[in-house]
Amino acid sequence: MQRRQFLGLLGATAATAVLGKAAQAGPKHFTGYPDSFGVLFDATRCIGCRRCEAGCNRVNHLPAPPRPFDDLSVLDTRRRTDARTFTVVNRYPTARGPVYRKNQCQHCLEPACASSCFVAAYAKTPQGAVIWDEKVCVGCRYCMIACPFDIPTFEYANPWSPKIMKCHLCHPHLTAGKLRVPGCVGACPTEALVYGRRADLIREARQRFHLFPGRYLDHIYGEHEMGGTNWLYISGVPFSQIGLREDLGVTPAPEFTSGALAAVPIIAAAWPALLLGIYAISQAKDKAARQEKREALTEALARAQAKCEAELAKVKAKAEADKKAAIEREVKKALEEAAKAQAAKEEGE
Amino acid sequence: MSGEHAPSTPVAADKASLLTPFNIVTGLIVFVGLILTLLRFTKGLAGVTNLSDNNPWGIWISFDLLCGVALAAGGYTTSAACYVFGLKRYHSAVRPAILTAFLGYALVVFALHYDVGRPWRLPYPIFYSPGPTSVLFEVGLCVFLYLNVLFLEWTPSALEWLGLKKWRNVMVKMTLALTIFGVVLSTMHQSSLGALFLIAPSKLHPLWYSSYLPVFFFISSIAAGLSMVIFEGTLSHRYLHDKMDEHYLSAHDQVHLGFGRGAAVVLVIYFFLKLVGLALDNTWHYLLTGYGAMYSLELLGFVALPALLYAVGVREKNLKIIRWAAVLTVLGIVLNRFNVSWFAFNWQLPAAERYFPSWMEVAVSIYIVTVGLLLFRFIATRMPIFHEHPDFKEAEPEEEPHAHETRPHPQSFGH
Repeated sequence: MQRRQFLGLLGATAATAVLGKAAQAGPKHFTGYPDSFGVLFDATRCIGCRRCEAGCNRVNHLPAPPRPFDDLSVLDTRRRTDARTFTVVNRYPTARGPVYRKNQCQHCLEPACASSCFVAAYAKTPQGAVIWDEKVCVGCRYCMIACPFDIPTFEYANPWSPKIMKCHLCHPHLTAGKLRVPGCVGACPTEALVYGRRADLIREARQRFHLFPGRYLDHIYGEHEMGGTNWLYISGVPFSQIGLREDLGVTPAPEFTSGALAAVPIIAAAWPALLLGIYAISQAKDKAARQEKREALTEALARAQAKCEAELAKVKAKAEADKKAAIEREVKKALEEAAKAQAAKEEGE
Repeated sequence: MSGEHAPSTPVAADKASLLTPFNIVTGLIVFVGLILTLLRFTKGLAGVTNLSDNNPWGIWISFDLLCGVALAAGGYTTSAACYVFGLKRYHSAVRPAILTAFLGYALVVFALHYDVGRPWRLPYPIFYSPGPTSVLFEVGLCVFLYLNVLFLEWTPSALEWLGLKKWRNVMVKMTLALTIFGVVLSTMHQSSLGALFLIAPSKLHPLWYSSYLPVFFFISSIAAGLSMVIFEGTLSHRYLHDKMDEHYLSAHDQVHLGFGRGAAVVLVIYFFLKLVGLALDNTWHYLLTGYGAMYSLELLGFVALPALLYAVGVREKNLKIIRWAAVLTVLGIVLNRFNVSWFAFNWQLPAAERYFPSWMEVAVSIYIVTVGLLLFRFIATRMPIFHEHPDFKEAEPEEEPHAHETRPHPQSFGH
């Protein structure tokens, strides 16, 4: 029962691995759900007003921050997302003066968090958002290890039902019809944030490159990074200067582990055969050794027996001879005595 | 350990035996552990750990999980050597190794209850909502199944102790199947623990990040398992000597010599594989950095050196050298797992954002090891672990010419 279940699960894993591979190995590579939505962030337009943070906080009913959203002194220190904050804006000193960048979940096309989750709590929706399901999460935090953007956060202070907290691109609010654009986008006063179809956003970004020569670097961050993300950035300064890593590469995270996972069914299939083979060989060797020992023993026994018998025969023969000689001796003696007696008798007469 | 004193009166002996240094120290540790357990489940992880959003895994993963599993590898290596490879001269080492592995894995799972957010959901990945794209799913599934296998492999000792002859014989008949299943599962999850970090190439230092990580973890676990059998055998020999029978004691040195030879070979293979890893990713230039010094220390001081010591020890038949090599290897495995999951993980972060455990995290880890030690002692002093049960002697009959013909089943050559 347990074994069959295990094999079934292995089969499922194998199928996933094989299908996953096949999908990747084909000439087509996954470029995200068609018509999925995302946000384009323009670093040349962001003024660091933190209204997006306030908008996010409001629509998601997150706890009030320690310092109010109009207190811009928080920009003096570098901040990251945490269990009460889905998005933060940071200020980066650059050659072109201070540049602001908003950070939140990038909503990868092929998310590391979803790939790494052992209870499939994460899902990439066809609309573009990467969402998380509280009902199955165990709280192992492997998604936080896996995320190349350090986005998922954890309620460490919650002893019984800690949740993973991260931006969900307002997916629940948008699908419920409560919002038309994500909370942050709706709150942005400078149109540094644009919500729309990812394909349109990429076109829009290129258009801006074209319309404002010299204002932007010719790169849309998120178009290809980690296989592509639904959140896109354009900037006038190198992305590494505004806290976006440029060394992540373009490989989607699931590909990093697909090879290792594909090896699993091979081990499950090949190892028992190999081990049984080794066992059979060792058994055969033992058997041969025992056989040899037994044969040697039998042979030695036979040899000893033969030797013994020969000895015995010799002794027997000798004894026989001795006996014969003794009898002869006795007979001779008796005869001699008889002859003597005869002679004495004749003399007496 | 305890009860070493000559009892003058029974009452005095009872009182004295409870207040040995061993009992006082372990009692204190367990007491602190229980208080921290309470704290963990009332204040949350934030109440006892230094974990953060940047550093979601601390020493409860680095030590309790990664080292715990690697150092419990003696179970599958020893039982494979004895039952699959037919090296029956290691028979006496099987039971202690299986017991260590069983307790080791049980404690790994126990420790995870502290680390994960909702421990009562730990069965979810297997029974409720599997996520088979995750390496952690494979780890979870294999560890769960292997814990069951180890439990079954351990039951003959308990059943002999309880005198349940029939059940004991049933379990012993399953030895070969369980051993093979155990090796398969161990291969998979020992390697998968390394594969866990494959998904984060941007966070693990290039010297340790390698597509060979699963292979490194698997091969090094064999060395860890062999060395732990030697290390732990040495400790048991000192402290549980009175529980050992002729059979165990006479085989003891031979086991250590044989395992030392095996460990030397495995460590040499591992050493060269690590070099191949460096060559494959062409990360040689990092060797001249600070992390390179750490890497060299790990590879030269805790892989190459113990390999050499093992080789010398085996050649000279010097058990003292072999035991030192075992200690070095065990420390080296701990260092390697710490490097991959802690020291070289998140190396891109500024020093202020790096992880360092709180004393409470360390105390919980010590508490869990102590619980393991106590359980091991409890079982080893009662059940036939270091000796054969008088009713179930099966060690020697190999030499009797007729013995094998009367055996009902090839697998039943003792457990």
